[in-house]
Amino acid sequence: MSVTEAPAGGNGYVGRAMKRREDPRMITGRGNYIDDMALPGMLYMAVVRSPEAHATITSIDTSEAKAAPGVVAVFTGEELAGDFAGPIPMVWDPPGVDINTPEHWPLKRGEVKHVGDPIAVVVASTKGQAADAADLVIAELDPKPAVVDPEKALEEGSPLVWEQFGTNKTHEWGVAGGDFDQALSEAEVTIEQRVVNHRTSGAPIEPRGSIAEPRADSVTLYSATQIPHIVRFVLSGMLEIPEDKLRVVAPDVGGGFGAKLQVYAEEALVVVVAKRLNRPVKWVETRSEHMSTSHHGRDQIAYVTLTARRDGTLTGVRAKVIADLGAYQQILTPFIPELGFPVAGGCYKFPAIDLNFVGVFTNKMATDAIRGAGRPEMTYWVELVMDKLARELDMDPLELRRKNFVGKDEFPYETPLGIVYDSGDYEGALDKLLENFDLDAFRSEQAELREKGIHRGVGFSTYVEVCGLAPSRAVGPQGVGLQAAFWESAMVRVHPSGSATVYSGASPHGQGLDTSFAQIAADRLGIEPDQVHVIHGDTDSGPFGWGTYGSRSLSVGGEAIARAAEKVQEKAKKVCAALLEAAPEDIELADGKFSVKGSPDKSMTMAEISGAAHIPPNELPADIEPGLEETSFYDPENFVFPFGAHACVVDVDVETGKVKVVDYYSVDDCGPAVNPMLIEGQVHGGIAHAIGQALYEQVVYDDEGQLVTGTFVDYALPTAAELPSFNTDRTETPSPVNSLGVKGVGEAGT
Amino acid sequence: MSTPVHLSLTVNGEKREAEVEPRQLLVHYLRDTLGLTGTHVGCDTSNCGACTCHVNGESVKSCTLLAVQADGTEVLTIEGLGQEGNLHPLQAGFWEKHGLQCGFCTPGMIMAAADLLERNPDPSEEEIRHGLEGNLCRCTGYENIVRAVRHAAKASVGQEVPA
Repeated sequence: MSVTEAPAGGNGYVGRAMKRREDPRMITGRGNYIDDMALPGMLYMAVVRSPEAHATITSIDTSEAKAAPGVVAVFTGEELAGDFAGPIPMVWDPPGVDINTPEHWPLKRGEVKHVGDPIAVVVASTKGQAADAADLVIAELDPKPAVVDPEKALEEGSPLVWEQFGTNKTHEWGVAGGDFDQALSEAEVTIEQRVVNHRTSGAPIEPRGSIAEPRADSVTLYSATQIPHIVRFVLSGMLEIPEDKLRVVAPDVGGGFGAKLQVYAEEALVVVVAKRLNRPVKWVETRSEHMSTSHHGRDQIAYVTLTARRDGTLTGVRAKVIADLGAYQQILTPFIPELGFPVAGGCYKFPAIDLNFVGVFTNKMATDAIRGAGRPEMTYWVELVMDKLARELDMDPLELRRKNFVGKDEFPYETPLGIVYDSGDYEGALDKLLENFDLDAFRSEQAELREKGIHRGVGFSTYVEVCGLAPSRAVGPQGVGLQAAFWESAMVRVHPSGSATVYSGASPHGQGLDTSFAQIAADRLGIEPDQVHVIHGDTDSGPFGWGTYGSRSLSVGGEAIARAAEKVQEKAKKVCAALLEAAPEDIELADGKFSVKGSPDKSMTMAEISGAAHIPPNELPADIEPGLEETSFYDPENFVFPFGAHACVVDVDVETGKVKVVDYYSVDDCGPAVNPMLIEGQVHGGIAHAIGQALYEQVVYDDEGQLVTGTFVDYALPTAAELPSFNTDRTETPSPVNSLGVKGVGEAGT
Repeated sequence: MSTPVHLSLTVNGEKREAEVEPRQLLVHYLRDTLGLTGTHVGCDTSNCGACTCHVNGESVKSCTLLAVQADGTEVLTIEGLGQEGNLHPLQAGFWEKHGLQCGFCTPGMIMAAADLLERNPDPSEEEIRHGLEGNLCRCTGYENIVRAVRHAAKASVGQEVPA
């Protein structure tokens, strides 16, 4: 279905900046986050963790801890070994490529591989007692040499994180299109650049946490997660609990940024311990635990070679990426660096692209998806080498970009890697940016400031993202090899009195999807958004779903809702037609009324139709079942490709190197807006996250593998005082991939 | 565990008496003993400000104070600031201006902003940014938080800001 065929909408709520329905409880302190929950008889779990980066566990003495006040139980990895049917899985199995994947158990036996590796759990009546007793567990650890630098880890003779593999290399994966070797041999200009994307933390302000509640033969796991259904599916296998006996609920979740897109050791541990003790067990991480054991992001070194003609025409790009994956393979760890490959060429027409990725084990926490997940890394190096080429050619960097943009008439555009960009107008976004940001005025101001000794500069970036994760055939077992699918589900149920409940497989944690999902459903049902209740994040409610990440929840989850609601609308039209003695195709929905074309006085509301569908006043035709409820499982045919242009103005203190962001302009295009206010909020957050990575944030380990940035004292999130006001704007280029035309915006700013 | 200490204070206008562990932090007393879970904990080092509430009318990170240090004081938490139907101008401003996303930092941010407006009823953008630099938000980039505080200030200028 193309966007032009999209239903006009019953009430026109899509497109409006509606205030969020999530907010009233949150602004009054009545949110329900994991640490706000207390269950009768609940115990608290603390995790004893390795202070060493790499060591052999020679003994663990838990006797003193077991005798401490309030302690109910202490378990080591040996003691719980029989409770796990399988290790924490990693799900990427690319055809023809072996990935070294060590067994990854929730509690370690034998050896620890990074600071923070869990070695025992203490369960007590209060959180304080559990923490106190955890300090009394005496673990004898015999240190081994640690390896921290991924390039040194690849050198001959480096200490090995996993001796059984005989190497620290985890895997090598490549993809190429066009003939880069030819481009290189014929290149008039060649640019080479080593680009480091340092390690970062997701650092949502709410730490991770989980509560397991055993009851008879079933267990409920409440967890601060982005992916409740996946957590249930994975834990069901790991713990041999049938899926129907394991319920996973994500309550209000205080931000994720990818850090809660994971199946973590502690989620499995609370379930195992709760079952053992037959009491609810809660664990909430400390910030230090977050910094050391919630997965990190980025940590890639790219060696980029760009080839071009002297007139600025790009002829090819090659990148060899070394990705520091840390000590274990979490659920998507080795795949994340590669995830950016569909947009490796950026907004530009590269005839040849050649990418090679090498994963490396080090004695650090695993990396995995953090906001952007592979795409910001790639965008960063593409944009960096474009600027370097412009300098080499003495060409305006924006002119160089314009010269090589995929033109707006060239969509759908197939890259040399066989990826099809759905739609775009890259030049249009840049033009709009320059309408808002007066470059000439800036240049004269810049010159004046320079005379006063102030060094002010501006940097530009144009980008294309790959979002709407994902067409299952492209990334699933038959595609790049993820052992998963990425459709999304929605169930739309209209109640007899005409209000509705929407169940989504997405699992938002700040995005405001309760509001935008209600807008989408309301239009298609011909009712008010206030009459639509949105439920998500509970595996006992609604069908399986794949969760919220990768800027997917609107373009995949929202589209599933649109489709399910349209099915309901079709059925409502049939019911309406039967009651008004008209043909279903003659019923139209406008302004909240289902009416007969040409006879606007003959009309019914959704409440009247739904009442009749549930309690028919007369018999409905035999082909119409009672009830008004439909489900959709939407698997997109392609990714969606949001894009934009950003400008960042900074002052650099040339004495100290201190950089201050003084102004920021952005134009993003994520297709037509469902709720423009929410889009703006997502862009603001993404920009702040990106500035944080560029100037303030870095996860640092010392040469021995000790974590230096273990708290918010050392890991510096930007505060309000460090950031400027953002000037954001949008263009709207619909995607032909889904009926809403939407593209996703959660990661655009990063 | 050492001997419990008697604590007597007023929270959101209500007199409270309790025997608390001497080491218990005010934030844990509010959350765990009184069930006032709107005051959040986001770090261990008093950086994030999610636990901000008011003690005797001034904003305080309640993880930096022992519960016993609040003996004899008047404490105000987000629950006491305003409720649905009777929102404080800042709560209304955060809703109106999309000043929150995940909502976790929000109660602390609002309490810090309430103290700021008490001292400076009409702050500039820069004053707001500096006034809130003890509170971390990962979602909003602070842009709409600043707008929310300006919105509340405009709504309140000339009036007494209810605390």
